[in-house]
Amino acid sequence: MTHHQPKIETSPKVSDEIRQTTCYMCACRCGINVHMKDGKVAYIEGNRDHPVNKGVLCAKGSAGIMQVNAPSRLRAPLKRVGPRGSGEFEEISLDEALDIATGWLGPIRHENPEKLAFFTGRDQSQSFTSFWAQNFGTQNYAAHGGFCSVNMAAGGIYTMGGSFWEFGQPDWDHTKLFMLFGVAEDHDSNPIKMGLGKIKARGARVIGVNPIRSGYNAVADDWVGITPGTDGLFILSLVHELMKAGKIDLDYLARYTNAPVLLNGDESSPEFGLFLRNKDGKPQVIDRKTGKLTAFDKPGVRPDLHATYRHDGITHRPVMHLMAERYLDAQYAPEAVSERCGIKPGKIRAIASELARVAFDEAIELDIAWIDFRGEKHKKMIGRPVSFHSMRGVSAHSNGFQTCRALHILQIILGSVEVPGGFRFKPPYPKPVEAHPKPHFGVNPDSALNGPHLGFVRGPDDLALKDDGSPARIDKAFTWENPMSSHGLMHMVISNAHAGDPYKIDTLFMYMANMSWNSSMNTGGVMEMLTDKDENGDYVIPHIIYSDAYSSEMVAYADLILPDTTYLERHDCISLLDRPICEADGAADAIRWPVIEPDRDVRGFQSVLIDLANRLNLPGFTDEDGKAKWADYADYIVNHERRPGIGPLAGFRGDGTEFGRGEVNPDQLERYIENGGFAVHHIPENASYYKPWNTAYQEWAVKTGIYDSPQPYLFQLYSEPMRRFQLAAEGHGDRQPPDHLRDQIKTTMDPLPIWYAPLEDAQVDLDEYPVHALTQRPMAMYHSWGTQNAWLRQLHGRNPLYVPTKIWEANGFTDGDWAKVSSIHGTITVPVAHMAALNENTIWTWNAIGKRKGTWALSEDAPEASKGFLLNHLIHELLPPKGDGMRWSNSDPITGQAAWFDLRVKIERTNAPDECQPAFDRIKSPVGQGPDELKWKVGK
Amino acid sequence: MTMLPETTTRKLGLVIDLDTCVGCHACVISCKGWNTENYGAPLSDQDPYGANPSGTFLNRVHSYEVQPEVGAAQLVHFPKSCLHCEDAPCVTVCPTGASYKRAEDGIVLVNESDCIGCGLCAWACPYGAREMDAAEGVMKKCTLCVDRIYNENLPEIDRVPACVRTCPAGARHFGDFNDPESHVSQLTAERGGMDLMPEQGTNPVNKYLPPRPKDEIDQIDILAPFLEPVVQEPKGFLGWLDKALEKI
Repeated sequence: MTHHQPKIETSPKVSDEIRQTTCYMCACRCGINVHMKDGKVAYIEGNRDHPVNKGVLCAKGSAGIMQVNAPSRLRAPLKRVGPRGSGEFEEISLDEALDIATGWLGPIRHENPEKLAFFTGRDQSQSFTSFWAQNFGTQNYAAHGGFCSVNMAAGGIYTMGGSFWEFGQPDWDHTKLFMLFGVAEDHDSNPIKMGLGKIKARGARVIGVNPIRSGYNAVADDWVGITPGTDGLFILSLVHELMKAGKIDLDYLARYTNAPVLLNGDESSPEFGLFLRNKDGKPQVIDRKTGKLTAFDKPGVRPDLHATYRHDGITHRPVMHLMAERYLDAQYAPEAVSERCGIKPGKIRAIASELARVAFDEAIELDIAWIDFRGEKHKKMIGRPVSFHSMRGVSAHSNGFQTCRALHILQIILGSVEVPGGFRFKPPYPKPVEAHPKPHFGVNPDSALNGPHLGFVRGPDDLALKDDGSPARIDKAFTWENPMSSHGLMHMVISNAHAGDPYKIDTLFMYMANMSWNSSMNTGGVMEMLTDKDENGDYVIPHIIYSDAYSSEMVAYADLILPDTTYLERHDCISLLDRPICEADGAADAIRWPVIEPDRDVRGFQSVLIDLANRLNLPGFTDEDGKAKWADYADYIVNHERRPGIGPLAGFRGDGTEFGRGEVNPDQLERYIENGGFAVHHIPENASYYKPWNTAYQEWAVKTGIYDSPQPYLFQLYSEPMRRFQLAAEGHGDRQPPDHLRDQIKTTMDPLPIWYAPLEDAQVDLDEYPVHALTQRPMAMYHSWGTQNAWLRQLHGRNPLYVPTKIWEANGFTDGDWAKVSSIHGTITVPVAHMAALNENTIWTWNAIGKRKGTWALSEDAPEASKGFLLNHLIHELLPPKGDGMRWSNSDPITGQAAWFDLRVKIERTNAPDECQPAFDRIKSPVGQGPDELKWKVGK
Repeated sequence: MTMLPETTTRKLGLVIDLDTCVGCHACVISCKGWNTENYGAPLSDQDPYGANPSGTFLNRVHSYEVQPEVGAAQLVHFPKSCLHCEDAPCVTVCPTGASYKRAEDGIVLVNESDCIGCGLCAWACPYGAREMDAAEGVMKKCTLCVDRIYNENLPEIDRVPACVRTCPAGARHFGDFNDPESHVSQLTAERGGMDLMPEQGTNPVNKYLPPRPKDEIDQIDILAPFLEPVVQEPKGFLGWLDKALEKI
């Protein structure tokens, strides 16, 4: 046959219309173009103008069309008719559902609002849900940060006024060496991939620190296959090497950190180890020019890192002296840490050397003049082009907070934070601890709470304790057990409510949190707690209300289901008051809007909360006459003002030209839609770096409404709030910890970062349980949502347990084998697969692929339900009993972060069962099962 | 037997950077989305919520572990779609002329109305780059988004294949290999772009950029000078500190 070519249409019509909104397939929150045909979603691509993704889109984002048509979508409000856990429901109207909810919540509010525990999971509207809880009047509110990454967030904020992820980013345009620690691949996912691509294109080096060499670590130039839980030790060894070689940025440390701040050296004083403050309360330094004691921020002062202050026979030393004493100690030498970290001493030395070489020998200068907070003019911006990023792998350990702090210390001694080529904050950060609220827990019947629930404690006075010293909150956040638990402890709510410790509750109200499956430790135990009955035959947790868009495992465990919409059917705001989508060069926020209308009897959860608030006459939502202020969430987004002129959305305020501060603009949502679903306000060039100390940035931030007054501050290498807790544990002050916690507080709450072994190590026979076990999230899946997605589950429908060569060979595993994996808490039987690019003492699997039979509209024989499994069965929310009658939470003792990755296991070969163990009964599905075939073409 | 054109005016194809691909599957799903809605029959999925979900994909990412003789094992992500070969065996094997290579740009396409679903082309392709759609019974393959790259209904910047437009890491590049000045030609020259399985004699147009050498920090001579200590003891550090501060 000769060459023959048909004529084809190369310019077909792409779509009828493009609607631009914000993705919700993970926490990255990219801008998307939704192509519509015949009023239906035909195709989704990235929005090129959007500050987060600049046009690109990941697999999840492009698969959004399969989420919007997923057969697992809930169809109507549900009332439980069978026993809890059975999945037997009847469909009811939304009006009836809200009547039931009001019937439970009204009396609680009237009698004792704390009997409501309202916890939200993957909520992207926390400034709103917390506002609702505050006006309801319960102190028992938090989102999922406590079981996710509070160590990272709090470690960053307490140390340098901001952290990674939405708080900051590497300076991708200038960095020459990028070091990545244990990242979760669904967080800032597209910006990290874009950044990696950018720096690789110009040949910059990437060092990946992760026990598992997949994803970003697979493309890293150098891989550090670290032993889980030892990141802090490795980091402090790098600090040791750099200090020992004098490769630290002394000028930066003197000017911008508390390294020169003097500490009270009087061992008998109740202020021993606190800052020497002047009468205005300002920390003091010695001025190198005059040799005199002076406030740190006095114009012209040059703080001295070396000088001490002697007064009344007592020598007061600067923080720098303590750092030298601590980190030059031989315990941090590479040889001393090597075996525990699983990294050769030479490699630690080589990495320290490379960090120093790039930071100091390849320093960069930008010709941008700026003025610092002491009034000094700088002609240039000096950059140390070494940058870091980190997320959950480092933080989900019981030593995670100190490890996160240690990482920031490393960044700071290199002078690489908020400088060209280093790490840059994204507005509204930088923001010192002082600019954050403290926790509030003042509860009164029929009243709003006395302030925001969550905050940053400065010392024991801010703990959330009742008059009798017992925990005020159901999750025991902000107590002596975990004083700095800024995000609450969602993973303890069900366990504590079931135990009645510290008290019993009436109604558990949850949103987007799969607590009877992948979002809980001790999953089987949680199912029992949710279904347990008391001696009267009543459920121990009397009422459970749950909102989700999909037929998740948690649905069956609630009494009342409020069905949410998918992300293309709703209004949302990605707000500067919340977890924003800013970039280092500008403040930004965004909306979602209903690009399609729901075809089911469902309603956006936030609008449902407004309806509920109006029925309950909550202050904040209703005026004195009980009249509703807002009809729905869209109305709230536009018309709510948190402070005068400042609302959920910063863009297009007033006459439509104002950003940040401005009158309510009734056309605001229309303006966002016209602009592609987002608003950006750029930072002037002279304010672009050195933000915590840069007067131009501080002025811009005030003008934009981020602060009400300039907030320059020093980086807190030494944490004074932590020292205050230590002082209390040492016996100072009126507010005293219980004796059984004194040692823990003294040891763990060291004001200079330390490393201690993960707490599970001390509870477990390490010879019997020598192996570390972890999970990772695939880049193409988010939490438990992915498996209902017809396209994504074809990428990640199975999750074998990956086993390193040493363990594989020792057990004589071959392809297709199964293993029994046990921790001190439980045993699972699962399929294994060999992986060589893995720390030799670590096994791992993909997170949340395993599903319960009957959920997510999957067939009963779906691999997710038969061969998929959770590691959660091996992890308890409590540490093993110590014989003291106490319930010790399996969490970081400083922040309460769930210590998922402390897990120690043993593994052995076993005969293949029919399916993974433990296996659970099928749940009756409220939605049935999906179709047998998809041919999803919308256009003709 | 179907003839190939003697030459093509342009030689359009992809450069895929294996040093940068993080294996995220963005290209896979973007391709699935565009090509389900556009050229020819939708890319169907069988048993999409069941035990053996199996759909048609024109682009897939495979991951391979590599164990070098010395040093840690590595993982390489390897995206694979039709390579639009100059000597495409899938075209010459086609009994109906449904498979063809375009003379103007070298894109290999299937004319679905002439495809009888015999599957010979899939057998002939050494790369496994063609997939039979189980619902439609026709052969599906990468079109290089022929309905995007010339599409006047798209902004000019978007006239690239969907996989290239979406790739977050920028690991995919599109262009004309007949033009030595093109971005793809230059990348191929600079980075040693490689043919996939050249021994098959297919002359693939798409090129792969190999991963750069890895783990060089591990290769540093253990005796090489690392950071020179200025102090051994904390006290010594303070002495050094004082002197160092004098110099600032």
